[in-house]
Amino acid sequence: MKKREQQTTTRTADSFTLTRREALKSGLGLTAAAGAVGLAGGYLPGPLASSVYAQGSDQPIRIGFQVHRTGIGAVYGRWYERTSAAAAKYINSIGGIAGRPIEIVPEDDGTDPKRGAEVVEKLAVQHKVDFIYGPLFSHVVIGSAPRAGELKIPYFVVSEGYHVASGKLNRYVFQPGITDVRAQITSISSWVMDNLGKKVTMFFPDYAFGYDHRDYFSAEVVKKGGSIGELLAIPPTESSYTRYFPRIPADTEVLYHVMVGPGVLTFVKEMGEHFGSRRPQIFGFIDSLEGVDIATPGLDFLEGTHFWEAFPRYASNTDTRYSKAFREAVGVNASGASKQDPKDVATYSHMFGVWETLFVIKDAVEQSGYRSKKDYPALIETLEGFEWFNEGMAHPQGGKKFVGALHQCYGRQHISRVTGGKLDVVHTTAIEDGMYDAEGDYTKQSL
Amino acid sequence: MSFGPHLFLAVLEGTVTAFVLALTALGLSLVFGVMRIVNVAHGEFFMLGAVLAWYCSTLISGSPLLGFALALVVAPLLVGALALLTDWSVLKRVDYNPESTIVATIGLLYIVQQLVLTVFGPEARPVAAPVYFRVSFPWFGYSGYKLIVAGLSASLLLATWYALSRTRLGLYMRATQQDYEIAQAFGVPVRNVYATVFALGAMLAAVAGVLIVPVQQAHYLMGLDPLLLSFIVVIIGGLGSLKGTVVAAFVIGLSDGIVSVFFSPTLAKILATLLVAAVLVVRPGGLFGDNRA
Repeated sequence: MKKREQQTTTRTADSFTLTRREALKSGLGLTAAAGAVGLAGGYLPGPLASSVYAQGSDQPIRIGFQVHRTGIGAVYGRWYERTSAAAAKYINSIGGIAGRPIEIVPEDDGTDPKRGAEVVEKLAVQHKVDFIYGPLFSHVVIGSAPRAGELKIPYFVVSEGYHVASGKLNRYVFQPGITDVRAQITSISSWVMDNLGKKVTMFFPDYAFGYDHRDYFSAEVVKKGGSIGELLAIPPTESSYTRYFPRIPADTEVLYHVMVGPGVLTFVKEMGEHFGSRRPQIFGFIDSLEGVDIATPGLDFLEGTHFWEAFPRYASNTDTRYSKAFREAVGVNASGASKQDPKDVATYSHMFGVWETLFVIKDAVEQSGYRSKKDYPALIETLEGFEWFNEGMAHPQGGKKFVGALHQCYGRQHISRVTGGKLDVVHTTAIEDGMYDAEGDYTKQSL
Repeated sequence: MSFGPHLFLAVLEGTVTAFVLALTALGLSLVFGVMRIVNVAHGEFFMLGAVLAWYCSTLISGSPLLGFALALVVAPLLVGALALLTDWSVLKRVDYNPESTIVATIGLLYIVQQLVLTVFGPEARPVAAPVYFRVSFPWFGYSGYKLIVAGLSASLLLATWYALSRTRLGLYMRATQQDYEIAQAFGVPVRNVYATVFALGAMLAAVAGVLIVPVQQAHYLMGLDPLLLSFIVVIIGGLGSLKGTVVAAFVIGLSDGIVSVFFSPTLAKILATLLVAAVLVVRPGGLFGDNRA
């Protein structure tokens, strides 16, 4: 329904007696304004913005949205879709992209790599979208990205996997909205080692995303003088975990867990049953409990344990006004759940990436002067020239460094402690904490 | 952890797995044995049981035990009714043709799954255990509720055995299984037996779902794994043989428990699959099945 209203607005706007050239000019004016205001860290005031939008109307910018509506990623997919709708609504309210309204074209990929590649093709060829964005699960990204490269369509993933920054994908794939997992791990490793312990046992899912954790965290542990007791890879379809706990060495000081999929709650519960009160320190990636209420019965065991968070789920009095405005826009309450249904907990440490990615697309289009598909090279080179995203309405999670050669952004990370069934931020990293030596350079590939 | 306690944990895990597996596979085995059809949607009945248990637990908040008791009554009844509806509206129409029913139940699988996704949602939702306590061994702790699940499964298996061997319905079922036409000639209402068996199989799966949901969570994709394991158990145990199903469930459950504790869960799955292949080659009807064919 939203989309239809939008189109109506467009049509009304078309009836203004403006030439295309004038419209374009005012669009560029907006770009400059947006750039200036954006750099100052502010956001566009409503009335000015909407009047500019009305003048600059044109054909909408169509952005294909590859979404995990079904399959194991469905919880993330639902929140990605809500965030996407909220971002599109906001962008349209401030004048769209380069004066053109934004239109999101969603397509379900079933959280399936094979289907993912088909969805990329369908969006590019049948729907003729300008760009594609949205996938999260690393196996889907790895399965879909080559097709985007072959079709030569800019493909923005919101996956946090290291696959983009590793240089193993192609020049058309970007991850400008969320920090990659290697940087996340690197940035929190010192704190974990200094505050929790140096003998670490790791639980991780038995595929690409889990291997990123295994490889980069254990490397950091060894580099910083700690040791790894056991590396436990868990098959993604596992539903019972009790059998893995005996393999945790008795002298383990820190248990590091990062799990995904519907079994995560069982994992934590069974860990509680296994250890009782004699547990080691526990550090987890919030991925283990995204979409799950921390106050769920059976999770009391987690009290006093720590989690990585990209964007703190619980509102606090240190939240910036952008962070508050984002929470409001995506319809999430102070406990990180849907305002309509408090049982419907958001995937808060990931979904902001969707919002921020759309704003990066907006910036890239406006600064490169993109009009149609023939302008892809200019757009990609503009993107690769980006170095920094200011904190603001476009980047509510915080300012981010962008490395053009790696197509990857780097932001601040948080460590939170479970206190009274809530997550309280106890440490925030600096962006430099997560930086590592680059392994690739996409700008050397041909367009 | 030293070898003794480690083995003890493996056997404990294996036993609990085996009882739940036996209960889940039993329904499939009955349908397979008596009706000679493959119900691919069997796992979805299991999932529906778990999802209905979640709804019951939210209806009666405050007392997990009451919610659980309600689920034990409501879930099998609703799922059984759905199975009867399926039997009447689909299976009967395709005349229980083995190939057609496979296709039809695959369709049912997707319909149920997507309906649950639409209505219930994509997240895994926890259901509190009716009784929760931690059994503390000197070396590790274990969920007390899991032991209760094993006990309840065992009693349900006994009840099914009793129904099969000591009641008129059981007699009808065994007669239909042995020879459809002769049973009919002796006045067994075979069509009604078919409908009953199909509903009964679904109800057993639903009960298994209710029992297991406090250990796992209700999730719309949770039916796929039990379906595969149930097939493995039924093939090894033999079609329609209660004894075979229980024995096979123990073989698979214990080997899965022990192999995955000491080696890797993937190896356990490989071994189970190899066992299926071996049984199919040596005894195509299964360990306790009818091997004349």
